[in-house]
Amino acid sequence: MILRCGPMAIDVDTDLPEVVAALEVYYGPDAILSKRDFADFFVELRRPAGLRRWYRPQVIFALDGEQLFKPLPRDQAMQAFEWGLNWIIEHHCHQYLIVHAAVIEKGGHAILMPGQPGSGKSTLAAAMTNRGWRLLSDEIALISMADGALSALARPISLKNESIPVLRRFVPDAIIGCEARDTVKGTVALMRAPLDSIARIAQTARASWIIFPRYLNGLPVEIRRRSRASTLMSIIEHSFNYSIHGKAGFERLADVIEACDCYDFSYADLNEAVEVFDALKPPS
Amino acid sequence: MRTSPPIRPTVQSATSVRQNQVRLAQLLACPVAAAGLSLADWSLVIRQARRAGVLARLCDLIEEGGALSAVPEPARLHLEAARTLAIKHAHDVRWEVRCIKQALAPLDIPIILLKGAAYLLADLPPARGRIFNDVDIMVPETRLPEVEVALNANGWRFHKLSAYDERYYRRWMHQIPPMTHMARGTTVDVHHTIVAPTRRLRLNAAALFAAAIPVGDDPKLRTLAPADMLLHSAAHLLNEGEFDRGLRDLDDMNRMLRHFGRDEGFWQALVERAEELDLRRPLFYAFRYASRMLGTPLPQGIEKTPRLRPPGFLLRSVMDLLFERALRPRHSTCRDALTGPALSLLYLRAHYLLMPARTLVPHLLRKAYARRVGRDETPERGWL
Repeated sequence: MILRCGPMAIDVDTDLPEVVAALEVYYGPDAILSKRDFADFFVELRRPAGLRRWYRPQVIFALDGEQLFKPLPRDQAMQAFEWGLNWIIEHHCHQYLIVHAAVIEKGGHAILMPGQPGSGKSTLAAAMTNRGWRLLSDEIALISMADGALSALARPISLKNESIPVLRRFVPDAIIGCEARDTVKGTVALMRAPLDSIARIAQTARASWIIFPRYLNGLPVEIRRRSRASTLMSIIEHSFNYSIHGKAGFERLADVIEACDCYDFSYADLNEAVEVFDALKPPS
Repeated sequence: MRTSPPIRPTVQSATSVRQNQVRLAQLLACPVAAAGLSLADWSLVIRQARRAGVLARLCDLIEEGGALSAVPEPARLHLEAARTLAIKHAHDVRWEVRCIKQALAPLDIPIILLKGAAYLLADLPPARGRIFNDVDIMVPETRLPEVEVALNANGWRFHKLSAYDERYYRRWMHQIPPMTHMARGTTVDVHHTIVAPTRRLRLNAAALFAAAIPVGDDPKLRTLAPADMLLHSAAHLLNEGEFDRGLRDLDDMNRMLRHFGRDEGFWQALVERAEELDLRRPLFYAFRYASRMLGTPLPQGIEKTPRLRPPGFLLRSVMDLLFERALRPRHSTCRDALTGPALSLLYLRAHYLLMPARTLVPHLLRKAYARRVGRDETPERGWL
């Protein structure tokens, strides 16, 4: 089957019925295309041959016949798919400047939230997009090298550890899948993007704010301006392919940042965070 | 990306494989054909070209032919993304060559760039869109110990090798074990000749140094002479049993033959040099498969000249069967029932050319065991 994922079409070949079902749930029924002339990437998710097909079953993720990483337990098949797809985008889609960041948008203005794992960017993106913001991506920002626009992926949000019960409480009717324990990232679960974000997946957006989030338990919410120069340096650190683009990459990134107000942001409570984000005024 | 065996080598019929791979070969032979491809054609071509390591090269060739704007956007994005990466890569290799040159400057020895780095620095057509991991250099064998010390002092280190592998390199190979820079993670392969000293032949490296030509403004930095460069590529691809990027390497020779071949004297010099270095057979195969698979124009009858001592009909037919499979992209759509056996047999042949059977058999058993227990990650070799 072909999975439409934002600007890409992924040919998914799998012998796992639960993966077919999960893709339909997490990406939305409209994302499954029956036939297409062109697919960007051909991936396989399958059970290995031999013992591990039956005993403590595993799943293998491959790009065009080449296995990208070690087999994972079968109940982590969707994680294997998500991580594999991240790897593919980061290594092949150099028509974009790719930044490790969440992207959300409202009223035509997007927030770029770069951050290391554990900074709380996925948690924030999951919360905001259930309070009126649109999800473009929870961890991979695709900045077009041609025009600086941000492309939407609206893939499922990858929640980790404590953020899973937090989001279950914050968005009671959210679709959050079963928890996979003992993964390399701890306990993880996928949360489907809001249907509205999935419906508007073809709309690009332009960044108006760059916000570096930090989850700090027990402290009041705080937002502080930071300089564009230090923002540029930090985004370079969070970029997967900045070095590949050379001078063009620097210029593209400088252009994007020039149009943004930049902040450091720390939070403990999601409701307070929503208030702060909703009160942001677009840069003049 | 490390290559690993396909998770489920699918086998297709020989006819469908021929149809599948014909488009990519056509494009390499005649890039303007890009204008006539459908989106479905592109879907297949891009997968195969990526696997074969020629995606970025395809982008450059098609653009030179003026057909890039005729490529549908979804496909063009992949071509251009690969080219972006290749441009960055070329930049890095130039820098790496500079670092190597500086590290070896006090030794005052000729440094001959080989393969990818040579094509790049000499600005030759096979440099286009060629992504390669290691910089290969050749230095006089007598100076190897000093070269090792100098590279070590400047941050390059040997990989941890088993005592067996270390001995294998030193005894059987034409290069010392690879050295990787601690900070940059880049690897340099230091050679002292272009083909492994075999049980039958020990190539006269002095002749290669004597014919080498300077590149750029540093007289110590050189490349092999055109004929030697082609012969090195031919010996490397067709005698050493590694076909992971076979089509790309064959296309390197296709580009070189088209480029150097405009000079009338080149072909004569090439055949003479092949006789002199005893690399007739690899040159014969290079002519044969470059022209058959990629349409390389050759002077009338050169392939059949008795000076190359062409193999007889039977052997030639068998080698066609093997090489034409090994030189296809290592992609499931280019794989038929004989691909696995062909790769295995060519791997065996490469070792047979290299060492006597009493050494060969224990070596292959040891390597096969290392692969089974996951200690060795080498490209696919069929069932070996």
